[in-house]
Amino acid sequence: MLSISNIARSEGDPKVLRSGPSSRGGTDELARALGWFSIGLGLAELLAPRQITRALGMEGKEMLVRGYGLREIGHGILSLSPDKKAGLWSRVGGDALDLATLASAYRPDNPKRGNVGIALAAVAGITLLDLVGAQGVTSRHRRTGGDHRRYRDRSGFPQGLQRARGAARQDFRVPPDMQAAPTAAALSPSGDRAASTA
Amino acid sequence: MKALVWHGKEDIRCDSVTDPKIEEPRDAIVRVTSCAICGSDLHLFHNFIPAMLPGDIVGHEMMGEVVEVGSGVEGRLRKGERIVVPFTIICGECDQCRRGNFSVCEKTNRKKHLADKAFGHTTAGLFGYTHLTGGYPGGQAQYVRVPFADATHIKVPDGLSDEQVLFLGDILPTGWQAAVQCDIQPDDTVAVWGCGPVGQMTIRSAILLGAKQVVAIDRLPERLGMAEAAGAITINFDEESVVERLNELTGGKGPEKCIDAVGLESHVSPLQPDTVYDRAKQLLMLESDRPHVLREMIYVCRPAGVISIPGVYGGLIDKFPMGLAMNKGLTFRMGQTHVNRWTDDLLRRIEDGQIDPSFVITHTARLEDGPEMYKLFRDKQDNCVKVVLKP
Repeated sequence: MLSISNIARSEGDPKVLRSGPSSRGGTDELARALGWFSIGLGLAELLAPRQITRALGMEGKEMLVRGYGLREIGHGILSLSPDKKAGLWSRVGGDALDLATLASAYRPDNPKRGNVGIALAAVAGITLLDLVGAQGVTSRHRRTGGDHRRYRDRSGFPQGLQRARGAARQDFRVPPDMQAAPTAAALSPSGDRAASTA
Repeated sequence: MKALVWHGKEDIRCDSVTDPKIEEPRDAIVRVTSCAICGSDLHLFHNFIPAMLPGDIVGHEMMGEVVEVGSGVEGRLRKGERIVVPFTIICGECDQCRRGNFSVCEKTNRKKHLADKAFGHTTAGLFGYTHLTGGYPGGQAQYVRVPFADATHIKVPDGLSDEQVLFLGDILPTGWQAAVQCDIQPDDTVAVWGCGPVGQMTIRSAILLGAKQVVAIDRLPERLGMAEAAGAITINFDEESVVERLNELTGGKGPEKCIDAVGLESHVSPLQPDTVYDRAKQLLMLESDRPHVLREMIYVCRPAGVISIPGVYGGLIDKFPMGLAMNKGLTFRMGQTHVNRWTDDLLRRIEDGQIDPSFVITHTARLEDGPEMYKLFRDKQDNCVKVVLKP
């Protein structure tokens, strides 16, 4: 990818020789992997619900599976975004729904009970991964620092706030192209208006 | 050399890259002594601004020492001189530059054909800010090539530290221009949305320009505390209604001047349903920017007031209350900063001790720690307001 994008650079522009560590952490990468997985699974559920219901002995539930597919795609998009924390926790919620739905199909009279068992185990494994990812991302991106530093001593005015107030009015003229429309300035004292537009 | 390189969404790395070379006679090479992470770099970090490519060096707030100049610089810049590099690359001679509209310089975007298609007409080239604005390598690096260097520089005296002058390249003139284009009058209330680094500079500029009262709006205690230090009245939007409080502070009339120092990534909160709506549309790629602050400003601004927008927007917004804006007769002023239009004046104010922009720096780190500092800055960890990197 880097060599392709180098086409857009000039000869003198720096090119990457060796890459360093990424700002993405391990949990961010896990979130991305789960996000793409979510989109893949969601597409499968959306496009091939009949095969899925047949494999699980859940014929007649195709619309439900399609709905779950849309939901999975939503989780995926959110997990791939900067709001990945919300995405992963929404996946955990979705996992609970999937487990409940599969459990309802894990009946002795279901001829595909074995497949449902495998699916339950798989979803349980994914749920574990989702939990690890959600907790990891929450912890990695948690706002830290508390209230101990408020920077209330950082005015930025070395001569003090009182001297700073209006100090630039003494020697600065607002350029004509940036003056307010007359309606906005009409109520200002005429002297000040004249000073700012001179 | 080492440089911070964009590889994709939330993927910045400190890479080893080839050194920049002089390409054109008006180029110079600068050894970067200090650079900073800007709030607008986070829009790239989140991949909200189009036309970044893997391998692009980021960063547009930098300064350093000139180590090489091209043959066309003609004595206007010499080896060994200490300069701040403005983030807008300027030729200094086109129609727009002659008018002082440096951020829309007609000559410096080397990918003008892309900008002409995307924007209708080209704007200036920018450092480290997508291929729509030239794809120029940025300054979060040990060295940076400065195109049109004979015009694109701010010479700084040795008596001032890097920390005092670094922000002349972006956030100080950006905050200044945001306030100046409000044409502040002594009886004006100026409301500033967002107390990040640009917001902080805007607040101080409004104080210097003599506003009756400056109101700062944010939700992070450290940013509100820093705003209070400069004499601003603060509103924590997590705790109270912005509109109600602004009306209360202005006798029910609303502030005359409203400044958006937030831009396209306004905070998402269930308490403000339009922000959730915007985020959902953004995720579905149905709009690119979240304009909650614009909506609120237009609603609360006093009729015939001024809306000033230094915050960066990248593309399309939805549910923009144009009817309110039109009927209230609001004036809108916006744009990237015409950096060099203001820097002589601002440098003098720094030298005179009127303002010291270094107040905003809360974290200083090595360039190698840059990727981690992006995360820290984005996640508002450790009470971070502004990061300076030392290559």
